[in-house]
Amino acid sequence: MDIHEYQAKEILRDFGIITPPGGMAYSPEQATYRAHEIGGDKWVVKAQVHTGGRGKAGGVRVCDNEREVFDAANEMFGKKLVTHQSGPDGKIVYRVYIEGGVDIERELYLGFVLDRSTERIMVVASSSGGMEIEEIAADEPDTIIRSVVDPAVGLTEFQAREIVFKLGLGATHVQAAVATIKGCYRAFRDLDATMVEINPLVVTADGSVMALDAKMEFDDNALFRRPRISELRDKSQEDVRETRAADRGLSYVGLQGNIGCIVNGAGLAMATMDMIKLAGGEPANFLDIGGGASPERVAKAFRLVRSDDKVNAILVNIFAGINRCDWVAEGVVQALKAGDLDIPVIVRLAGTNVEKGMQILAESGLPIATATTLAEAAGKAVAISNAALNPSKIAAVS
Amino acid sequence: MSILINKSTPVIVQGITGRIGQFHSREMIEYGTNVVGGVVPGRGGETAMGVPVFNTVKEAVSATGATASLVIVPPPFAADSIMEAADAGIDLCVSITDGIPAQDMMRVKRFMRRYRQEKRMRLLGPNCAGIITPGEALAGIMPGHIYLPGSVGIVGRSGTLGYEAASQMKQLGIGVSTSVGIGGDPINGSSFRDILELFEHDDDTTAVVLIGEIGGPQEAEAAEFIRDHMTKPVIAYVAGLTAPKGKRMGHAGAIISAFGESAPEKVELLREVGVSIVPNPSEIGSTVYETHSKAA
Repeated sequence: MDIHEYQAKEILRDFGIITPPGGMAYSPEQATYRAHEIGGDKWVVKAQVHTGGRGKAGGVRVCDNEREVFDAANEMFGKKLVTHQSGPDGKIVYRVYIEGGVDIERELYLGFVLDRSTERIMVVASSSGGMEIEEIAADEPDTIIRSVVDPAVGLTEFQAREIVFKLGLGATHVQAAVATIKGCYRAFRDLDATMVEINPLVVTADGSVMALDAKMEFDDNALFRRPRISELRDKSQEDVRETRAADRGLSYVGLQGNIGCIVNGAGLAMATMDMIKLAGGEPANFLDIGGGASPERVAKAFRLVRSDDKVNAILVNIFAGINRCDWVAEGVVQALKAGDLDIPVIVRLAGTNVEKGMQILAESGLPIATATTLAEAAGKAVAISNAALNPSKIAAVS
Repeated sequence: MSILINKSTPVIVQGITGRIGQFHSREMIEYGTNVVGGVVPGRGGETAMGVPVFNTVKEAVSATGATASLVIVPPPFAADSIMEAADAGIDLCVSITDGIPAQDMMRVKRFMRRYRQEKRMRLLGPNCAGIITPGEALAGIMPGHIYLPGSVGIVGRSGTLGYEAASQMKQLGIGVSTSVGIGGDPINGSSFRDILELFEHDDDTTAVVLIGEIGGPQEAEAAEFIRDHMTKPVIAYVAGLTAPKGKRMGHAGAIISAFGESAPEKVELLREVGVSIVPNPSEIGSTVYETHSKAA
């Protein structure tokens, strides 16, 4: 789960991280008021969206007076920010954060991630922070500082010091920088984060070490024991269908094609998408109905897939182990009998209770195309979907 | 022979009285697995599925001599159950549970290192379908009937895609020595490399099917192991060739990601070391068949 910058900063302040003075605004008037409250003569207006790369997309503006703050906020509210990290649909701005300007002396990069090869938390740092960090990592990988934390001991003082000295910070900044690194690590560990990123971490002209931006991502599997983090969820930043799916125990990712997919297991779902594409079609979604799916959950999956208007055929591919084919078949029949399904359905069942499942489909009298293998199912789905897209072609052929 | 489990391996089920635990314990017993007991804290002294229930894994091990354990407990308690198994001297632990927090697994992996290599428990999963030696025993949730006994090993992250592979092979009369699910979680017990090594040394396995998917470094590590140590033919399918790039936040993930994490890169690395690549997921069986008949 992602959270906003202002929420991440609030959390990190509790762990001793220093951030510029700031406040939230839900309207341009409020933004001006916040700027006034903060004081000074320079402010930064920042769109609060669950994506990176805001700066280049116009989501961060430096302002010299309250009028500019008003205008910047006014422009941002309701705007769709499309960045190189947001995907083509972008994210809509409903909240902005106003921060006091800071005199920057140096910009650094500091990140914490779960590293899959060492299976531990890794600290990643670079003496060149800012927007080009990925290019730097690709072009000069040796300049990136990496340090792996032993979970039994935690991040040690000397590890943090090593990072700080490698960043080229002088004696005056060591203590503050060590405290920042250790604070971020504790926040990561104590709150079940999967990522903490401070980019940039700045050294200011008056000698303090400050987080100018902050991103945090949390482990969905651990939210059950982090109720305060769960509360920070902002559904306006999530894909509506993905959110609805998650609330129903389904895992869904919307795509651009026309063939709706309902599959059990992430690997098989990906393989089904691969198969559709290789057969000349385009999948409309990734959907994993999970294990032990009830007829109701299957029916919900149908409604979810159908809510995408591009879908002109639905392919159901179930290899039941912990699932049961008869339950899935009942769900298919339920969804079709509810009457809101007006597009062709192709069903492939295999595994536990497959005969019973096929029997239920056959006896329903509904126009369901069945298949016994993955190749056959994908072939049928692609033929039907493409025919619906290009009826003239078919006419010409026949 | 086979790897890790056979019909005489004594197995306990942690969480045997739960709804899912009961169902799969029954399936395992019906398949012929030597299930000798269960562990449910507070239920010691009861009987479930015809076997005794114990309060702790240590008690179960000392009373039954169990060497393998299947963990089917809810996510908040799963990591603790795995560590309990490790501490009780279990050799093989299979964790089915989906949804264990990543930092819990980090702790589990660190905990397991407390034991000397030769005494260290081998963990499969979490979030895996388990392990089956067809015709002998199964510790997991897979439908046993789709596997034909034979000599091809299967190792995969995805459960259902593993079923797909096994059933395509069965259609062509190709049997399986052992099929191992290593699970889809970012931090898991055994890697592809670990299981390939076991298959390489198993006399009854003549070839191995590896079923990978996008993300993570384990297929790249497997490629390295195959190049340096495998003499048996390996056939691989990697799911997610058409998966779009996900949305993301921040740069940290991109900075630490290495070559070999996308599906096309994985395929490239595996192909380079002589692995037969399955072109599409409906040709897993036929690719194994061709590779096998070539080898024979």
